[in-house]
Amino acid sequence: MTAPMFYVSPEQQIKDRADFARAGIARGRSVVVARYRDGVLFLAENRSQSLRKVAEIYDRIGFAAVGRYSEFENLRIAGIRHADIRGYAYDRRDVGGRMLANAYAQVLGTIFSTVTEKPYEVELVVAEVGLDPAGDQLFRLSFDGSITDERDFSVMGGSAEAIAAALRETYATDLALPRALAQVAAAFGAAHGEPLGVEAAEAAVLDRTRHQARKFRRLAAAEVAAALEPPPAPKRRSRSRSRGGVGETAV
Amino acid sequence: MTADLNFKGPRLVPFDLLAERTSSFCDVVARTQPQLLPAARGPASSADLAPTATTIVALTTADGVVMAGDRRATMGSLIAQRDIQKVFAADEFSAVGIAGSAGLAIEVVKLFRVELEHYEKIEGAPLTLDGKANRLAVLIRGNLGLALQGFVVIPLFAGWDAECGRGRIFSYDATGGCYEETGFHSVGSGSVFARGALKKLYRPDFTVSKGVQAAVQALFDAADDDSATGGPDLARQIYPVVVTVTQAGVARVGEADLAKVTNLVVASRQRRPDGPEAKLA
Repeated sequence: MTAPMFYVSPEQQIKDRADFARAGIARGRSVVVARYRDGVLFLAENRSQSLRKVAEIYDRIGFAAVGRYSEFENLRIAGIRHADIRGYAYDRRDVGGRMLANAYAQVLGTIFSTVTEKPYEVELVVAEVGLDPAGDQLFRLSFDGSITDERDFSVMGGSAEAIAAALRETYATDLALPRALAQVAAAFGAAHGEPLGVEAAEAAVLDRTRHQARKFRRLAAAEVAAALEPPPAPKRRSRSRSRGGVGETAV
Repeated sequence: MTADLNFKGPRLVPFDLLAERTSSFCDVVARTQPQLLPAARGPASSADLAPTATTIVALTTADGVVMAGDRRATMGSLIAQRDIQKVFAADEFSAVGIAGSAGLAIEVVKLFRVELEHYEKIEGAPLTLDGKANRLAVLIRGNLGLALQGFVVIPLFAGWDAECGRGRIFSYDATGGCYEETGFHSVGSGSVFARGALKKLYRPDFTVSKGVQAAVQALFDAADDDSATGGPDLARQIYPVVVTVTQAGVARVGEADLAKVTNLVVASRQRRPDGPEAKLA
């Protein structure tokens, strides 16, 4: 017996698919990608030590995702392959974030508009660290392949709105890493009503000051813990001698 | 008598074929029309077609491993390049040096580096040192066809093995055979002399800096007796490329440190040109 066929208008079809994808993404825990003084910071709420939401794609390019793990893992691997092949065929400097973001947009857009396929329930950020802060780039990619160029930070996942609201209040892009990490973690805390624990934090940076060609680095639990714990009472004399400069005192 | 291959006019039996005293067809063709034989196709000598990179040495020390290579590339009897780099960091905990056909060798290194990084990024963890050594063997085996035509690439691979906490060295043959070496090893045209030198100089309890010194001494001996290996070029300040791998990762020995070591070696050779004296018994 075959099911009866009903007419569904294209508008309704697109809306249904978008609602389906949004619902899937909203179930996921959030990820923040934010510019800081020396590059780009990734902070994800993730209790797994092995199923990562943040990853290295290439020398200067990082990747963060929320949604269905198997789907964004496929996209991550495809991105690494795309970047590695291009860097091998041309030169390592010829691999850029915009190129990769465009490739992802094509893939996501095609899947979203193919009626026989389920739309991907994912959102991605492709981040590239520049030689100087002006060269940093954040591209946000949605489940339907739409692409936006974000300025200072990008928040994805279930509590994206609340975290973004908290960050807009406090965040400045000229912070040093520990302060930037603490600020982003505080935004998670403000959105959830409880502080983000170290065991639930997956953190990484694209650090332009790194000597190696590969600028991506995962932060060890100890480094995250040091940044997240409440700062000791400031001493007047040490503050004037602090090497942090403008970034340290801006907020 | 020489074989005249271009018979002019209709002759039923070329006379020079009557002169052959062999029952082997191959021998006859080889003598009369060698261009018909498969072996005669392709370049007679690949040495004249592409530059060749020469000597690489590697030795383990108490806390890591040292790899060094001279800077010369040759094309037949000509020097093709004076400052070629033949020793590279393969990833953060291993190094690879290449002797043989320079263009192919550098391409193999480039491919090998991407191979290691690609695996590490996709799997989220680096390969084991044995895994890296095996991947390099596969790449070299893939070059077998070209090796048979004379474009041989012979690598030397060394790295820090985090599992057993020591430096290890792997050598290869043109068919992709991979062999672990103990202590020290050398590849390339000057390798015989470099290995001879290391036999006398090597101590397993070397520090990394002593290891660097021994490697430079061994390369000096290779250059002393092999024309394709370049000695230290003091006039142009071109020194060997030396890479160390320890628990802290891979590092290229800085130009200033290398100049110091090289000058020390050259000064000692002015006193005793054949190098440090070994005990007889």
